[in-house]
Parts: sequence; C-alpha cells; structure tokens
Amino acid sequence: MSRRARLLVFALGAAGLAVMFAFAVAGMPPFGTSEHPYRDLAVPAALQHRTANVVSSVNFDQRALDTLGEEVILLSSVIGTAALLRPTRRESRRPATRGGRVSDSTTLLSYLLLPVTVLIGLDVVVHGHLTPGGGFQGGVVLATAVHLLYLAGRYESLQRLRPLSWYVWTEGLSAASFAVLGLVGLALGSGFLANIAPLGSFQSLLSAGTVPILNIVTGAAVAGGGVVLLAQFFAQAIGTTQLPTRRSTS
Amino acid sequence: MYRGSASDLAPLAVALPIVMACVVLVVQRWASRRLADLLAMVAAVAALGLCVALVAAAKDGRVVTWSGGWEPRGGRSVGVVLVVDQLGAGFACLAAGLTCCALLYSWRYLETAHGHYHALMLLFLAGMIGFVLTGDLFNMFVFFELMGVSAFALAGLHIEEPDSVQGSLNFALINSFGAYLSLMGIGLLYARTGQLGFAQLGAKLAGHPADGLIVGAFVLVTIGFLVKAAMAPMHFWLADAHAVAPTPVCVLMSGVMVEMGVYALARVYLTVFATSIPAPVVQRTFLTMGLLTAAVGSLMCFAQRHLKRLLAYSTIAHVGLFLIGFALLRPDGLAGVALYVVGHAGVKGALFLLVGLLLDRFQTLDEGKLFGRVGGRHPACWMFLVAALALAGLPPSGPGLGKAITEEAASAAGYPWLSVVFVLVSAVTGAAVLRAGLRVFLGQGHRPGPIEPAHQIGAEPKKPETEHPLRRTPSTMLVAIGVLLAGSVVVGVVPALAQAVGHGAGFFGDQAGYVDQALFAVPATPVPASPATWWSRSGLLLGAASTVLAVIIAGISLHVGSPERGRFLSRMIAGFELVRRLHSGHIGDYVAWLIFGAAMLAALIGLPLLP
Amino acid sequence: MRIFAYAVAGWLVLVGAMGILRSRNLIQATVSLSVAQSGTYVLLLAIGYQWEGRAPVFSPGSTPTSDVVDPVVQAMALTDIVVSATVTALLLALTIQIEKTHHTVDPDKLQQLKG
Repeated sequence: MSRRARLLVFALGAAGLAVMFAFAVAGMPPFGTSEHPYRDLAVPAALQHRTANVVSSVNFDQRALDTLGEEVILLSSVIGTAALLRPTRRESRRPATRGGRVSDSTTLLSYLLLPVTVLIGLDVVVHGHLTPGGGFQGGVVLATAVHLLYLAGRYESLQRLRPLSWYVWTEGLSAASFAVLGLVGLALGSGFLANIAPLGSFQSLLSAGTVPILNIVTGAAVAGGGVVLLAQFFAQAIGTTQLPTRRSTS
Repeated sequence: MYRGSASDLAPLAVALPIVMACVVLVVQRWASRRLADLLAMVAAVAALGLCVALVAAAKDGRVVTWSGGWEPRGGRSVGVVLVVDQLGAGFACLAAGLTCCALLYSWRYLETAHGHYHALMLLFLAGMIGFVLTGDLFNMFVFFELMGVSAFALAGLHIEEPDSVQGSLNFALINSFGAYLSLMGIGLLYARTGQLGFAQLGAKLAGHPADGLIVGAFVLVTIGFLVKAAMAPMHFWLADAHAVAPTPVCVLMSGVMVEMGVYALARVYLTVFATSIPAPVVQRTFLTMGLLTAAVGSLMCFAQRHLKRLLAYSTIAHVGLFLIGFALLRPDGLAGVALYVVGHAGVKGALFLLVGLLLDRFQTLDEGKLFGRVGGRHPACWMFLVAALALAGLPPSGPGLGKAITEEAASAAGYPWLSVVFVLVSAVTGAAVLRAGLRVFLGQGHRPGPIEPAHQIGAEPKKPETEHPLRRTPSTMLVAIGVLLAGSVVVGVVPALAQAVGHGAGFFGDQAGYVDQALFAVPATPVPASPATWWSRSGLLLGAASTVLAVIIAGISLHVGSPERGRFLSRMIAGFELVRRLHSGHIGDYVAWLIFGAAMLAALIGLPLLP
Repeated sequence: MRIFAYAVAGWLVLVGAMGILRSRNLIQATVSLSVAQSGTYVLLLAIGYQWEGRAPVFSPGSTPTSDVVDPVVQAMALTDIVVSATVTALLLALTIQIEKTHHTVDPDKLQQLKG
C-alpha cells in the first residue's frame, strides 16, 4: 500500500478504536477510588505471611506462578538473542578494537561507582521483601554495575571479568531453581510455589518465608541474563567483523 | 510428605519442560549434539505423558490446582488457579505430541544453533502447556508472552536468510502489539471487577448486561488472541513467519500455536463474557470474520507457488473454519472444531515436514523449480498425496471427521448453507496442495513459468536446513512424518477419541459448573449425554464431495493453461491481484490492518449493543 | 482528572502504532512499540491509584493498613516491563540481522515477502 492508503486505513481504525475506548472509560470506576477488591485480599494475605512489601508478596508468594513465567520469558529471550546473534559462517569474532579515548574523570567516576552500584544492587535484592525493589530491580542494577567497566574504557577487563558461560549457567540454574523450589512445595504437599520456609518475624530481614529466597534467585537470574544479553550486543558492536559478501539483490 | 494427587499433574506439566530447558542450556557447552537431542526428547515425552494423565484425571469434570496453596475461602483467593478440563488437557497433549514429532524430525538438524534450539523448543512447549491449563486471565497473558517470545526467536533461527529475519521481525512486532492490546483489556476488566481469575471474573460479570467497558474489554482482550489465530485482517504475519521458520517449528506454529488463539477466544468468552455479551452478537461477529478469513486464506493459498507459504495460507483458511465452528456456540460445534484441529495438525505437520525434506534435498521451495524432480517412487510422494486428500476432507481422516461434525452442528444451529463453505474451503486448499504434489512428485501438467519479479519470494536459492544437502532421507525424518499422518487418521477411525472430545466439549461450555468447581470445589455435575460425535451419512457424503471437488480443481489447474482473459475473468484476476498486493510484507501495513481489524471487531460487537 | 490518565494511556497506544506505521527505520519501529506499551503501564497504574493511598510497602515502624494503592497492578506492571525489555531485545537482534542481510533497515525497502 502507498503511505497515504496506509494512513487512511489506520485513521479509520484508530477512530473506531478511540470511540470504543471512550465508551469503555465512561464505564470505569472513578479515578482514585478506594474500592480495590483484590487489594483488600492481597494486603491481609501479605501480612499473614509476614511480608512487609506487599508487591513482593504478590509477585513471589500470591501470584508466584506469574513470576515464574516472567523469569522464563527473560530466559527465553536471552537464549533467543544469543541464537539470533550467534556468529555465522561468514563472520568471525575479532579481538575488540580500542575505541576512542575515555576521559580520566569518566574512568575515575566509573571505578568509584562500580563497588557502590554492586552494593546497591545486592541491597535491593536482599531487602526485596522489606523495601521497594526486589530481584528484578536489583538484578538489573547488578548487570549494569558490571558494565561500568565498559564506561571506564576497559572492555578487555570487562571481558575478563565476564566469562560468559558462568553467567549463562547462573541464568539457567537460577531459573531452574525457581521451578524446583516450586516443586519442593508440591512434594511437601503445600502446593506448587507455596511459601514453605519459616516465616520469621514481620519487618525483619529473616521474614516472609520463601519470598527473600525467590528474590535472590530472581536477582541472580536477572543479573546473569542481563549480562549475557548485553554481551551479545556488545559483541556485535565491537567484536564482530563480517567478511565481504555480495550485496543481496533487493 | 508427598501424597500424589491428580491436582499435582498440572504444575508438573508446566515446570518439567522449564527445568529440562535449563538443564539443556547448562550442559550444552560440553555435551554432544546427541545428548541435547536426547534430553529434549525425554522432556517432551514426559510432558506428553503428564498431559495424557491429565486428560484421564479430568474425565469427570475439571482438575483444579491452586498454586501456592492459596485455596479460596468463601469463593475468594489471591492465588493463581490452574483449571484443567478435557479439551484443555487434550490441547496440551497435542502441543507435547507435536513437539515430540518436531524433535524427532530435527534429530540431525540446525547444527549451528544446537542447544539454543532445544532449550527454546522446550520453553515454547512450556508456554503452550501453561497457556491452555491456566484458569487466570493475567497468567494466561504471561504464558502467551512466553509462547510468543520463544516462537519469535525460533522463527528467525536461519539468520543468514534475508526473508527469515524479516519474517520473524514482522511476526514479533505484530504479535507483541496485539498482546499489549490484550493487556489493556485485562486492565479494563480488572478496573471493573478487581479480579483476574476466569471463574471470579465470570461470577462478577454474571447477569451484568454488556456496557461500553465490557465490550471494550472483550474486544481488546481477544485482539491479542485473534492476532495469534491469524484472523483476517490480522493474518498477514502468519504467512511471513511460516514461510521462513525452520521446518520443525512450522509444525508447532501451524499445528497448534495458531489454534491456541481460537482456544483462548472460546475459553475467555465462555467462562467470562458468556452471560453479559449476548450469544447472537458474538455468533454473527465471528461467522462474518470466519468467512472473511476462510475466503482470503483459500484464495491466497491457491495462488501460491512457494510451498511453505501455500501451506501457511491453507492454515489461515482452516482457522476461518475453526472460527466459524466456535461461532456456532454449541458443544457439538466445539467438539467438531477440536477434532478438526487435531486432524489438521497431523496432516499439516506432515506436509510441512515433507516440504522440509524437499528443501534439504533441492534447496528450493518453488513449485516451478521443483517440477518433476522427485519422482513417484519416493515414499514422500504418496505420503504427500494422501495428506493432500486428507486436508480436503477424505473420509475417514481426522480433518474429514472434524469437518463433518462441525457441518452438522452448523445445520443444527440453523446455518445449513455453511456446509457449502466448508466443502469449498477444504476443496480449494486441498486442491492447491494436491496440485503442488502432482507437479513436484509426478511432473503432471505443464511446468509453471519462472517467478514474476513482482513476487520475489522463493526466487533465491535457499540453504538446506541440514548441514549438507541430504542425498537420502534419514529414517528419523520419515518416522516423524509417518507418526503425524497416522495420528491424523487415528482421529477419524477411533470412536472412543471422538466420544471423549464430545464429552469434554460439554464441560468446556458450562460456565456455572466452571465457577462452582474452581471457586467452591463443587464436583462437576455430569453434562447431558453428548451429542453424537461420529461419522454420519451426510458427513461421509460431504467429505467425499469435497475430496472429489479437490481432485477436479487440481486437475483443471494442472491441465488448463492460463485462461483466455475474458472480460469477467480479467476483472476477477485484477480484483484478486489487489488482495494479493495487500500482502506486502510491510510492517506498517500490518499494523494499520491490525488497528482496522480491531475497530471492525468493536463495531460488529458494539454497534448492535448500543442502547 | 477523572479521565485524564486513561486518555493518556489510549493516546500512547495509538501514537505508538502510528510510529510503527510511519517509521523509516526498524529501530524507530521497535521504540514505537515500547511507546505503545507504556500506554499499558499508565493504564494499569491509573487503575490501581487511590487518592491519599500510601505505598504498599510497610517499612519498619509503620503500621500496616489497607489504605494503600493497589499492589496487584504494580506487580502486573513489573511483569509488563520485563516483557517489554525481552521483546525489545529480540526485535533489536532481528534488526541487526536484517541490516546484515538486506543492508538496510528501512521497512519501505524490504522487499522479500511479497504476495
């Protein structure tokens, strides 16, 4: 279709959808309502399992099956990206070229921030059941921390610090242990992904049963997955050459 | 300690492929290719076993599993529930069975992506199993995405083929956009009800007449599923993705992933919206959309010469028939569709694998270039022709039985003319496959000319999917094809299977029973004696009619040269060229049509309900 | 205010679709998809909002109450974000391969899948 025809089809459809959406919004409960039936169940359920962060309780306890799926989606995309960006027969990995200069202040700042970022990441993961954050958020921070080395202009030390297979194993094993923990609950007769660990005391580090365990497992999976994911793109940008080929006919 | 019960089967069936995928991922560094093959196969067979056990366990209703031990009190719970009935479990069996066949076929396949391929296949399987077993709308979305993400990556595995990466990108973008619209719909429903489980949602909406929010939520939630089901005009991605995906992946995508969209539509409507959106409106809407899909699919199918694309459009045509079967909103219609889906999966899977064999030997998928190159003595020849006839509805094949039962349900619902549609669509798609088979294997008719520059697809030589072009066919590949074909025939000759499906269809549509059993653990009440789900005389006759018609059409298209262009015919061809040109491979076009299709659906459902 | 957040959500989805439609670069199309998806975040969080509701996290010293914004939609939004990140990664990987095989990332110039 020509660009104009495409826009016309879209405009017709968008107008129709907008009208439908307007009708739907007209039937919504008022904005900021205090009626949230699921919330009214979820908060007592979180307290019953001594979890101070209700979002974590929903994620890792009440609706843990969703989070298992979520983590497997991440695993699937990491494997998928690795498969899609694998070096082909026509390509070869070359040693990374030294790029442009990095200013000393950037290097210094990156080195200073690296330990801080790792600590923050660990903190966010470990306190996921007490304070805002959790395995996903902390895992992303951890994966980012490793890449401060790249900002510091040390791609080689990033590569040395990053034996990729370790991260692949971290990712695979932690995703598997999430599922296996769920199966342990099943084997104990409490149900798949049940909160089977001792609940501890409310608002303390050792509380909420399996929630902090699953948080740590997820943190490891997300950190490992994030590093592997970024590594694929780095390799494309920095370390891959394509042997000259004929241009495809198009 | 552990006391095994039927309700443990469902989470096991989801978790097992996930754990095994992780194992494959971790061991692939050292392990040989054979070990990865073996582990994946073991996992798929074990998952199949669990799903079969689930079918048996769900014999008298549903198997309900609350994850995390959050059993409901007074009908309220914060947990996620898996509610397995026989049709759902049967769908899971189909997914696991097809995965087994696909893995068997790929026993010596895709050398460069080894390990990744196996892990992705298992995650794909886990996504599909979770998707059909869950009883929670948001959980369904999560598994929908899992299924999607692994399928996107699998479809693009041939990264050196230009069309492969483009097709996969179209697939990923359109399906993701559809899924986000679904999530909007889930949000709207949540705003109204504060619930996410099908049973809770159904109980909350029961008796509420449809208003703007309910209609909007229904349209948005189903859009994602309908994009996956490739309902016209949101079907464009399917041909692109199927034409380029690795052959074993095509088996899964065409045989079960696309049909999952129809399953989800039926599940969501029947458990959540059945009491608020009146049946006649839904019936009219999906009859219309199904007819449109079937028409576009069969036309495009017949016009193809790229063999995988031909099969892909035939899948679209059949999805149109499945949508029509759902639209009847009767248990016997659902039973017919379920049998049709199983039969179609076997036949279509076998056809894709046979086409894959041709690709590995001759490095092309173009009907013209393959003309007469195989010879009639190869076992692939008669397998292909038998599959083509089965696709056309030849009794006693599975697709024929599904078609016959759905036709009878349509007559009983007051639409006897739908039989004509079913006969025509199966005849045209069957004829297209038959024509291709006769040309490729037996060199019948005239040789098609070179590819016109306007339709480039298939013009370039492709790489074989095995490491080297195959000189002789490995027995694992032939066994996989044989199993698929045999499975499709078994559906049509074993009455017990059809009876079980008819029985399960009764439970599938029972909303009150679903709510009671999921939320209050009330044992299911036996459904009324299932309507006769077996061959009838008219079913046999119509099956024979569509087969004969397919043979005639194939014969005409083989032996009659390009028609003399009369005024009427040339106009028809020009009109058809217009439809064909819409399939442009352009991502912008696809998004525009997606939005347009969503608006169409909104108008079809919303306008009759305006006060 | 009553419908403002919902209107923003709907607008984001449509404007994201528009971005894909008009894009001349697949990376732009990928980002437009993320824009469309942010519409779902806005919708979810708007649905769970409560006037004067507190965060659903009871830090030490505070007393648990039910007057919090809905934690369930926040959990859903988190899932949604993960999905968005994974899909974006896959789409970008595919875009890289399209660049390598087609030597362009302009959707108008990709001519492999016609008819």
